[in-house]
Formats: sequence, C-alpha cells, structure tokens
Amino acid sequence: MSDRLKRILAGIGSANTVTVTVLAFVLSVVIGGVLMILSDQHLLSQWGYFFQHPTDALSGSWDKVANGYTAMFHGAVYDPHAKQALRPIENTVVDATPLVFAGLAVALPFRAGLFNIGGQSQLIIGAVCATWVGFTVSAPMPLHVLLVVIAGMIGGALVGGLTGLLKARFGAHEVISSIMLNNIALGVLAWLIKTKAFHDPNRQDAISKPVKDTALLPAIHGSSPELNFSTVLAILAVLLVWWVMSRSTLGFRLRALGSNPDAARTAGISVSRNQVYAMLLAGALMGLVAVTQISGTLSASHAMTTTLDNGIGFTGITVALLGRGKPVGVALAALLFGALDAGGVAMEAATTPTVPHDVVTVVQAVIVVFVAAPKLVQEIFRLRDVRRGDIKGSGTGAAPSVAPATAVDSAAEAV
Amino acid sequence: MRLELRGITKTFGSVAANSAIDLTVEPGEIHCLLGENGAGKSTLMNILYGLLTPDSGQIVVDGQTREFTSPGDAIKAGIGMVHQHFMLVPVFTVAENLVLGNEESRGGPLGWLDRRKAKADVKEVSARYGLPVDPEALIEDLPVGVQQRVEIVKALMRDAEVLILDEPTAVLTPQETEELFTVMRGLKAAGKSVVFITHKLNEVRAIADRITVIRRGAVVGSAEPTASARELASLMVGRDVRLVVEKEPREPGEVALSVRGLKVTDDRGFLAVDDVSFDLHAGEVLGVAGVQGNGQTELVEALTGLRAATGSAELFGRQLVGASPRAVLRQGLGHVPEDRQHDGLVPDFSIAENLVLDQFDNKPFGGLLTLDLDAIAKNGADRLAEFDIRAESERTPAGALSGGNQQKVVVARALQRDPSLLIASQPTRGVDVGAMEFIHKRIVEQRDAGKPVLIVSTELDEITALSDRIAVMYRGKIVGIVPPDTSNEELGLLMAGGSGDEAEASLEAEAVEPVAEAVAEPDIEAEAVEPVVESETPAETGQPAAEETPAADQSSESADE
Ligand SMILES: Nc1ncnc2c1ncn2[C@@H]1O[C@H](COP(=O)(O)OP(=O)(O)OP(=O)(O)O)[C@@H](O)[C@H]1O
Ligand SMILES: [Mg+2]
Repeated sequence: MSDRLKRILAGIGSANTVTVTVLAFVLSVVIGGVLMILSDQHLLSQWGYFFQHPTDALSGSWDKVANGYTAMFHGAVYDPHAKQALRPIENTVVDATPLVFAGLAVALPFRAGLFNIGGQSQLIIGAVCATWVGFTVSAPMPLHVLLVVIAGMIGGALVGGLTGLLKARFGAHEVISSIMLNNIALGVLAWLIKTKAFHDPNRQDAISKPVKDTALLPAIHGSSPELNFSTVLAILAVLLVWWVMSRSTLGFRLRALGSNPDAARTAGISVSRNQVYAMLLAGALMGLVAVTQISGTLSASHAMTTTLDNGIGFTGITVALLGRGKPVGVALAALLFGALDAGGVAMEAATTPTVPHDVVTVVQAVIVVFVAAPKLVQEIFRLRDVRRGDIKGSGTGAAPSVAPATAVDSAAEAV
Repeated sequence: MRLELRGITKTFGSVAANSAIDLTVEPGEIHCLLGENGAGKSTLMNILYGLLTPDSGQIVVDGQTREFTSPGDAIKAGIGMVHQHFMLVPVFTVAENLVLGNEESRGGPLGWLDRRKAKADVKEVSARYGLPVDPEALIEDLPVGVQQRVEIVKALMRDAEVLILDEPTAVLTPQETEELFTVMRGLKAAGKSVVFITHKLNEVRAIADRITVIRRGAVVGSAEPTASARELASLMVGRDVRLVVEKEPREPGEVALSVRGLKVTDDRGFLAVDDVSFDLHAGEVLGVAGVQGNGQTELVEALTGLRAATGSAELFGRQLVGASPRAVLRQGLGHVPEDRQHDGLVPDFSIAENLVLDQFDNKPFGGLLTLDLDAIAKNGADRLAEFDIRAESERTPAGALSGGNQQKVVVARALQRDPSLLIASQPTRGVDVGAMEFIHKRIVEQRDAGKPVLIVSTELDEITALSDRIAVMYRGKIVGIVPPDTSNEELGLLMAGGSGDEAEASLEAEAVEPVAEAVAEPDIEAEAVEPVVESETPAETGQPAAEETPAADQSSESADE
C-alpha cells in the first residue's frame, strides 16, 4: 500500500503525462495573464513609471488578471450572482460536445499511426448528408433524429474511408489526400448550397433549407443554447471508443499497427484493411460533429452555411493532442477547451477595459505547444525523467515517439 | 585509460538490474562480460555510456570520479559504444553518419558539414585500424557486418580509449566475427581496451583477457579464458547446462511442405530466391544455412505470406504462394521472424499482448469482437514461467525487456500454438546458453512430435546441431542439401559458393561416402528412403531447378541415418 503511494508520488514528480499536462496548463494561464496586462494601455503606462510607484503597476496588474480569470470562471463554471448559478457549466458542456467528437476522430486513427487532418471534409460531407435527410425526409420525431444522426455518420465515414482507401490501396499519404479532400469538400459545399436542391428559396444569402423540427436533437435542459441529446451521444462515443481501443480485437489491431506496423503485419494483421477501418470510424465521429451543428442548437438556423465547419475539424487535433490520444483524456481536454471558450466570451463581456477573447485562443494554443514539447515543461520545472523506456527511447532511432506513449499508457491505465 | 565502476546500482520498478556492481577495465585488455539474459549487462554499459543514470555508485576514469549525464560526456571521457541495435541513419552515407553529432567536423562559421575533412578522417581511421569502409556508401546498402564496422569507426574517430561492444557478434557471420576479432586485437595492441558482451562461449574463450560473470544484477565471479565452455556456462546460469543438443534419429514422415520453382524478388527488384525447390517432411528439421543476404530472408517471407512470389509452396497440399500472412498463420504456422525488434514485437504492448499478437482473435484469447483480457493475462503469466522470461510481470512492455528476453517472447509465441509448421529464423539470436538449451530442446520436441520444422540460421553450430538435413543457400539458389554431419569446412565452401562446379563436385564426393557407410553397416532405412526419392523427385520437379536438386536430395536422404 505505502509502496503504491510512494510510486504514485514518484510519478507526480517525474515528467509523466498528467504532470506535464497540468503544468502546461499552469504555464499557459500565466502567459494568458501577461497577455491580459499587455492588452491594457492604461496598465502599460503604469508599468512605465514602475520605479516611482511600483504598487500602481503591481496592484493594477493583479486586479486586471484576477478580474479576467474570475470573469472567465463565472462564465465557464459557476456564477454565484447569476439567477441560474450553474448555467455557465452548461455552456461549457455545450461548447465541449462537438469537440469531444472531433477530438476522438483524431485520437482514434492516431493510435493506429494515422494523422487525421481531414476533419473539415468529413464534417462538411457529414453535414451535407445530415441536412439533406433533415429537410427532405418526413418521419416522426425520434426516428427522424436517428436518421439524421446516421446520415451524418455515413457522410463523414465515406470521406474518412476514402482517405484510408487512398492510403491503403495507392499509398497516398493521408495528410496530403486529406488536404485535397478538405478543399474539394469546401468547393462542393459552396456549390451545393446554391443548387435548387439545397438552397433556401426564402433567403438571399448562401444558406440551405433548414431541417425539419422533427430532425432536431431533443433538449435535455435549459434554453438556447441548451444542453441537448448530443451530449449523451458524446458520452456514449467516449465510452465506445474507450471500449474499442482497450477491449476489442479491432482496437488491438489498431494499436499494434500504430506502434509497429511491421510486427503487426508479420503477425497476420492486415495493415491496409485496418487503416481503412480506423479512418471510417474517424469519419463517422466527425460526422457527428456535423449533426451537433445542424440539428443541435448551436446554429440558430439549423441549416448549412459555407462556414459551418467553424474550424472544429482542426481544433479536434489540438484536443486529441492535449488528451494524449486517450478517450477520457480527450473528453477532459474538450471540457477544458469548452470552458475556455465559454469563459472567454463571458470575460470579454464582463471586463472593462475589455479583455479580448483572443487571449483564450492564445491560452489554448500555448497549452498545446507545451504539451507537445514535454521536454520544455520538464526543463522549466526541473522534473525527473520518466522511469520506463528511457534507454530504449534514446536507443533506437525510431523510438523517441514511443517513450511518451508508454508513459501515457501507464498513466491512463490508472485513470 | 583505467576505468573503474564502483558499486553501481540501478533499479527499474521492482527489478534490480544492477546491484552494487564493481568492475575494473585495465588499459589494453579485452574484458568480457558474461551473464544470463536480463542479468544487467546492457544496463551497466548504458550507465557507463551516460545513457542511464545510476541510482548510486561511481564511475572512475584514471583515478578521477566522473559523472556522465549524456553519451556526450562519456564520449569526451574517451568511452565509445557500439549498441546491439545500430544507431546509424540508413539513408545517409557512411561519412555523413560519422560526422553526425560530432562537433569538430562542423567546419564553417554557420556549422556547415565539412564533408571533405570527414571523408579524410574516415580514411585515416579506417587505415590505422584496418577497418575498410567506403565513406560514400549508403548505410542501407551495406551488410550488417560492415554497418557494425562503421559504428566502430565512429567510436574510434571520437578517440575512444575504451570501446564497449554489446553483443556485436549476434548478427555477424563467422568470417565477420573473425574480422572483428582482428580489429579488437589491433585495438588492444594500441593500448585501448574493449568491453565485450556475448553469449557465445567459444568467442569468449578465443578473445578475452579477463571474464566477469554477472547474474541477477550482481557480479558472481570471474573466470579465466582457459576455462572450459561448460564451466563458463554453469558459472553464468548457476546450473549445469547441456551444450549439445540431444536428438534421437527419427525417420521423417510424409512430405509436409513441398516447394517447387519458387522465385522471389527483393525490395530492390532483384531476384533474391532463384528457382528454389525442396521438400520438408513431417518430423524433420531442415536447416537453411548460408551467409546472410543470400535469399534466406526472402525465402522465409515468401513462405509466410509476407512477400509476393511465383512458383509453388504447398503445405499439406494447400498453396502458400499468394496467401496472406493471416491465411498462412491460420494454417497453423508458427513463425519466429529474423529481426525481433523490427518484425517480432510491438514495443508498447505488454509481454502478454505480444504473446497473442498472432492469435488474439482466436478462441481462448478473443472472438470476433472482444478480447478476453483474463485469458491473455493468464497465458502471459504461464509463458513467463515456462520460458523463464525475466520481467517484473506479464504486464511489462516488451520494449523494456533485455534483448534475450525479447527473443524468448517471440519464440514462446511461435511455439505455444503447437504449430503445424514451425519456421524459425535465428531462433536463439541473443539468448543465453540456458535459454538456448531450452529453445533447442523445444524445437527437437516439435520434430519428435512429427511436425515439420524449418530453421534458418547463420550460426553453423546451431544448424548442424538441430538439422536432419541442411540446405545451403548461395545467391538465391539452394546449392546443396547435405546431411548434418557435413564438416564445417565443407559447409563453408558451399556457403561461399565457390564455383558451381566446385560445390557440385564436393557434393558428389559427399554423396558417395555416406552411401558407402550405409553399406558397411547395413541399414534398412537407407533402402527404404532411396526409392522414395527416386520416384518422387523427378516426377514432381519437371522444372529446371531439378538439375541440382536431385543430386543434393539423394546425398542427404541416403545419409540420413
Ligand atoms: N527501460 C527499462 N525499464 C524497465 N526495466 C528495464 C529497462 N531496461 C532494462 N530493464 C530490466 O533490467 C534487467 C536487465 O536488463 P539488461 O538489458 O541490462 O539485461 P542484459 O544483461 O543486457 O540481458 P541480455 O543478455 O538479454 O541482453 C531486465 O530484467 C530488464 O527487464
Ligand atoms: Mg543486453
């Protein structure tokens, strides 16, 4: 028992994943604070006469940063003064939901050694399918929603699967083909939206017909933007991906493939087929993002616009990175990003002079940079090396990427 | 330079890899480290080279205590290391690899690589120590033995006074080993010292000045190079080891694997296996001997579905050519791939997971959808005990195992499924004498149970000890199939190809003798086998390959007893 405790303590002091992630967050909060100060002209001038009146600058800066982060906290987690004190955390969850799908859609193929940068195209085609089913099909309420969800997943999976197929069959690198597909999908969307089949005749701008009311995801709580059924789907997706990766034969294949494709092949695991599976699943998950956008309450119009992807396909990459490719990690990372988003909006509204929402974007980016560069965090905080796999890591040329992965495994198995 | 390690201790989790190890390396000596798999030899050397920091203990160089936090420190102190798994960049030339990370060869103000100087340095060092390397050659085009030479040159270019060689001979042919020994003797004469790790006792006896034996992380004694292999083995493993394989003669059964006119091209598009035909019988070990790179690798890859081929290879009547690796495994193939790190193991996976890598969706371990984690764990624990895999538990990632223990995992995986055909390449590469005894015993058991076994090894002793027949490969052809009592000289001659005539001539000479013997001590088997050969071989091999094969077959079959 005490042995276990000792090991856990030793773990905290070493450069393992959890410690690094937490410290990366701390660092980025500090940097965010500095940015808040820099964004304020008045404060800067106080720093100008720092040596005459150091207290002005110091207390002013402290107030600024404290107010900013308090406003963010109130906007993202809990606001004691508001009528609905827990409303903010609902906002956070609503913001986090699509990020969970997007993060999983990057994390899952990543474990199989594939980099899914094609989230944008998977999302767009998923949205096209979901929207079409949403405004053409007539069905009673739960069935219609189900059809929309399935259509979105199929649309995304088609694009994802195509990327996988291009790689498996023709050796096209998934990053290159994804970039192409992203562009193609954007073009297809811009064209489709103007076609008779899709365009909303009552509108002048580029927008599709709205989906029927029966196609909307049922609300769970609150009013616009409300907590809806997509959050339940997100939780199910996390559980499902966790189960697939750690308990299923498919996950076993994918993980083997991601870690040593040659050994996997030698042991009879088909590399190409499983790459396609991984990308199919990833695309389906991205398709769910599309469903949250179209049938959710995020876009008030419930219709496709040319900017419907909102960069979520790419944010998924950062969420997956922050979540270390593990389903639970991805969920936590999505919540953090959701909180920063919700909090950022609130902060912008609540602070005078305004702290721009961009600070949040920078904080998000900085976290990811630190997480991606664990050595940097390790240097800053003088952490010990991770115990396992260190020689083997520096030993074989290909291994450095393996060492952190091992650490992830042991850390996440504990979660 | 006099090097001393004092009280070096290093633990990984609950495993004490090194506990209070003392070791002194005198200038101008070849110091051999002997020890079981997982004894802690590589760990100790990695500490000495600055790759690992010890929990406690000191490194003393010429009376001064030193602390190495990175290999850079160790290199500055005059220590060089050649790892078992090379650290060269395959797409770089020799010269480029040699200047990598070597500050001095960065010439200009912007840190340009001074290629000309690098090339000159390479030439100088290789001339001084008799290590011929071509600075312009690409690493990936070089045979392993030459790659290793490059690693040694790299260490020497940085003025290493002590050179650590961690199992350098595991991947070398006997000739390459001999060349390496010449180099080592040259270094010794130049006053440098060498720390040499190997599991091959005859090498230890041939080259060592001093021998230190490590067991379970502690020094258990030293030995004189004059000690017998048996003494060394028991000192190392702590029990008596049988160094010879015990094998009763056995009459081979029906043809299990029939290969006809097999042609395989390698990655560069050259014909690596050129029209090979042979039969492997049930209850027979066929050893494939040959210098590395004569098509053995491609032959095995073709038979295991990993590489496209033309011709035919039928396992109990089912075609293997064109089948997927999975389909071949489904037929009950047990496969020990040649390179455990590259093709054998998933380093992030636990030992238990690696043990079921080719069976995780078969009955006890999993089904169509789900894995049975308990069954996988239990199998892992059982194999850990059975194959004496030294690890904390079956949950330990395979990447954290010592080299020999990794090999045991790969071998255990192939044997545990009671394979209908066992194909093992370099089955005992890197394992200690105790484990080798065990693995050899299991291979013979497999044969005695009436299973066909194909062994590929560059280790002649292993081949002759295990095989019932030996097929020698040279330049993609089987240049002869000979009985296991063929002398090493003759095998060497065949392996070197000589001229085709020469090989054939020696074969014919060979073919006469055993027959004469068989007549001298009349044996029924000889007659029982002969007709089979005659009736079967010409009938089935209507292909051009038949020119050489019948003669070879005949000699081997008749010499079987
Ligand atoms: N990075 C690591 N993490 C955990 N355990 C390790 C690590 N490196 C080595 N070990 C353990 O330390 C012990 C000693 O390993 P080491 O590699 O030094 O053995 P070795 O004597 O070189 O064996 P071999 O002859 O098989 O190469 C083994 O039990 C091994 O599992
Ligand atoms: Mg070793």
